[in-house]
Amino acid sequence: MTASFDPPLEHAPASRLNGRTAFIVAMLAILALLPVYTTLTGDSFVMTLFSRVLILAIGAVSLNLIMGYGGMVSFGHAAYLGIGGYAVGILAKEGIGSGFVQWPVAIAVSALYALVVGALSLRTRGVYFIMITLAFAQMIYYVVIGLERYGGDDGLTIYQRSRFGGFIDLNNKTVFYYLCFVLLMASIYLVSRLVNSRFGLVIRGTRSNERRMRAIGFPTFRYKLVCFVIAGALCGLAGALLANHTSFISPALMHWTRSGDLIVMVVLGGLGSLFGPLIGTVAFLLLEEALSRVTEYPDMILGPVLLLVAIYLHGGIEGLLQWRRHD
Amino acid sequence: MLYFIEQCLNGVQLGMLLFLLAAGLTLVFGIMDLVNLAHGSLYMLGAYFAATFAILTGSFVAALVLAVSASLLAGMVLEIVAVRRLYGRNHLDHVLGTFGLLLFFNELVRLIWGPAGMTLPLPQQMLSGVEIIPGIYYPVYRLVIIFATVAVAALLYLVVMRTRIGMLIRAGAANREMVAALGVNINLLYTLVFGLGAALAGFAGVMQAPILTVQIGMGENILILAFVVIIIGGIGSIRGAFVASLIVGLIDTLGRAFLPDMLHLALSTNAAATLGPALSSMSIYVLMAAVLIFRPEGLFPAASR
Amino acid sequence: MTSPLLQIDRLTKRFGGVVAADAITLDIPPGEFHAVIGPNGAGKTTLVSLLAGEVAPQEGTIRFERSDITRLPVYRRSRLGLARSFQISSLFSDFTAIENVALATQAHRGHSFRFWRDARREAALRKPARAALARVGLAARAHVRVDRMSHGEHRQLEIAMALATTPRMLLLDEPMAGMGPEESVQMVATLRQLKGAMTILLIEHDMDAVFALADRITVLVYGRVIASGRPAEIKADAAVRQAYLGEKESSGHE
Repeated sequence: MTASFDPPLEHAPASRLNGRTAFIVAMLAILALLPVYTTLTGDSFVMTLFSRVLILAIGAVSLNLIMGYGGMVSFGHAAYLGIGGYAVGILAKEGIGSGFVQWPVAIAVSALYALVVGALSLRTRGVYFIMITLAFAQMIYYVVIGLERYGGDDGLTIYQRSRFGGFIDLNNKTVFYYLCFVLLMASIYLVSRLVNSRFGLVIRGTRSNERRMRAIGFPTFRYKLVCFVIAGALCGLAGALLANHTSFISPALMHWTRSGDLIVMVVLGGLGSLFGPLIGTVAFLLLEEALSRVTEYPDMILGPVLLLVAIYLHGGIEGLLQWRRHD
Repeated sequence: MLYFIEQCLNGVQLGMLLFLLAAGLTLVFGIMDLVNLAHGSLYMLGAYFAATFAILTGSFVAALVLAVSASLLAGMVLEIVAVRRLYGRNHLDHVLGTFGLLLFFNELVRLIWGPAGMTLPLPQQMLSGVEIIPGIYYPVYRLVIIFATVAVAALLYLVVMRTRIGMLIRAGAANREMVAALGVNINLLYTLVFGLGAALAGFAGVMQAPILTVQIGMGENILILAFVVIIIGGIGSIRGAFVASLIVGLIDTLGRAFLPDMLHLALSTNAAATLGPALSSMSIYVLMAAVLIFRPEGLFPAASR
Repeated sequence: MTSPLLQIDRLTKRFGGVVAADAITLDIPPGEFHAVIGPNGAGKTTLVSLLAGEVAPQEGTIRFERSDITRLPVYRRSRLGLARSFQISSLFSDFTAIENVALATQAHRGHSFRFWRDARREAALRKPARAALARVGLAARAHVRVDRMSHGEHRQLEIAMALATTPRMLLLDEPMAGMGPEESVQMVATLRQLKGAMTILLIEHDMDAVFALADRITVLVYGRVIASGRPAEIKADAAVRQAYLGEKESSGHE
């Protein structure tokens, strides 16, 4: 497997830690100070673009949890973006505009769907697992298209962002941006605690050698399932944020090619590392943005790039950063 | 009743198309251990090739032959240029790489043929209906699809089971190192197998084009159905793919045809109208979930991979 | 007479047309060091798989401490105190030796639905892990990644993993597979220290080790038990000699 694990603390060569850490710190600083740039230049497009980056990065962080650390390659993760988003959208349409209701519902329904899909899919592995998660995501995609009342194929406009009483006003773009930033940092921190906890070690051990895990006495299925549910719930939160961000939600958001995008983001950044998903999301969305300005046919370049990454670049971009240290 | 029989035939027709796709997928997976998300793209290219050749030659049959040949060629070229570099990798690399190919082909088609899609007109003789059972008329072309695809399936069976090359394919699926050690040109074998899969996909694309669609992204939807077929039938098993294709084709078609009405009987009009289309598209996934619960390795699992 | 710790009764496993285990019956009393030997293809690994729970028999039962474990899943058997080592080393190759063993310890110290505290610093996990490593002579290599360790060290680590689960009984599947003479001597010393402290079922090809360590030996040929008894009896047994005469030429193949 091509994962680049965080090495045990006793081990990391100092120079590599410094280079990588510097890069990450720089990136975080830029992201944190972005609204300042926006205020000074009046260019709000950048903040809109990067709000989307932050939100999708949360999705990538959640996918990295199961894929990078857990070895479960799920090709249906965009379903949770959709479920979270539609939870917000449907509740908004039915007159419930409070974020205190919408967001917990988004998380809860995503967790529930993950529980069902996981319970059915996690008995399989490898290619089967990939195809099954793909199929379940497509299933819910079709279900949502069939919901005429909530826009069906055309999607659903959300006229009001989630309301949080007087606590926070999501209509303020800067406030919204920082909320996304804080939630992303919180997600990464949560994952960092998770992967070194007892639970995280079980997940990582299962990825490394499931047969061995069972032989030493772990009921691996239930741990994988819980991990899958956590990832689904976190991605559901990202979906709720996304719905607020675009004030619009449509089935296209959960099309399986979106799940493919999420996988790309995680792989580009380097599997199984804490900040990899963020790096990968930034890289992917910036690449997408750049390509669409350069050509009318961006995928003709993006496609082969992905192919080349798959062939030559084990461990994604972070793998590139570590290249010099390969023995 | 007539409607039911008609829908059953449609289901068989869909099932046979799915079989052609699933067979190609499962062959490639069984022998080269490769997950190919771009398989749907080859299906799409087949349809586009046919539409173009039909305009150039004015003949449906000529277009069919040319398009399938072109698909075979395209598959082999693709294998040599790109796909073979993915062999031996883990499945995530396959997913990533073939996903890139999928995006590329969708864009390429848009570049060459434009975003609007195309049509492939039916040949004159096939436009009418034929009375297959007293009182039931069924479109000639749909019957042609069924017979043509069954013929191809039979041909595939003969090739895989009765010819030398088929034997090599089956041997390669069981133990590729051994086959290579015996001096067989394994690279050529892989290229041919991949080309065969592409030709099957292209053929399916051409056959469905006059009645369904020729448009960008058409490969994705049917690809997932093909995956469902493989899950239900068992990976690596052509027999499993055949049975599962028929089951999936029938259940999907009958589900879409009858579930909304059945729901109307059980629920209020509003609820049925809302849920009908959604639930009817779910039927095959429910079937897949059931198979996963009771027989996770599929109905006819081949040698384990 | 104390009741046997492990009772295998007419255990039968068929793979298609091949009978890999043919009505195997065997009792192992607590504290015994029991070796199972036999020519290649005798069904020894199948026996281990059956005992460990990775495959289910068509007929027969397995009782461990008097409860029927025949259909129990793999992880439950470990929980009951039946620890197994693998013939082909099956370790966590991207983790260090101590991380490997600590995972084994963790499986037997409460549940692992703990999401916050850093388990790498949990003394309750690390101390027993170090102890297990010391017992097999790997204390100095605790912080080396498994994929940087030698084959012999992998075999030792397999034993350490089994020990870390505080077992009542060890199932050791050819622990000396692929070891050179020096490493084998060390392994025999390790096993000798374990002898008596716990019940051991050893599958092995290395006859020197088997005859040096075993209290009783069972001989399997084509899945059937053809002899079972003390080492001296087995050495003298005519059927055993016949089974191995052909093997003498090809011994050393592993």
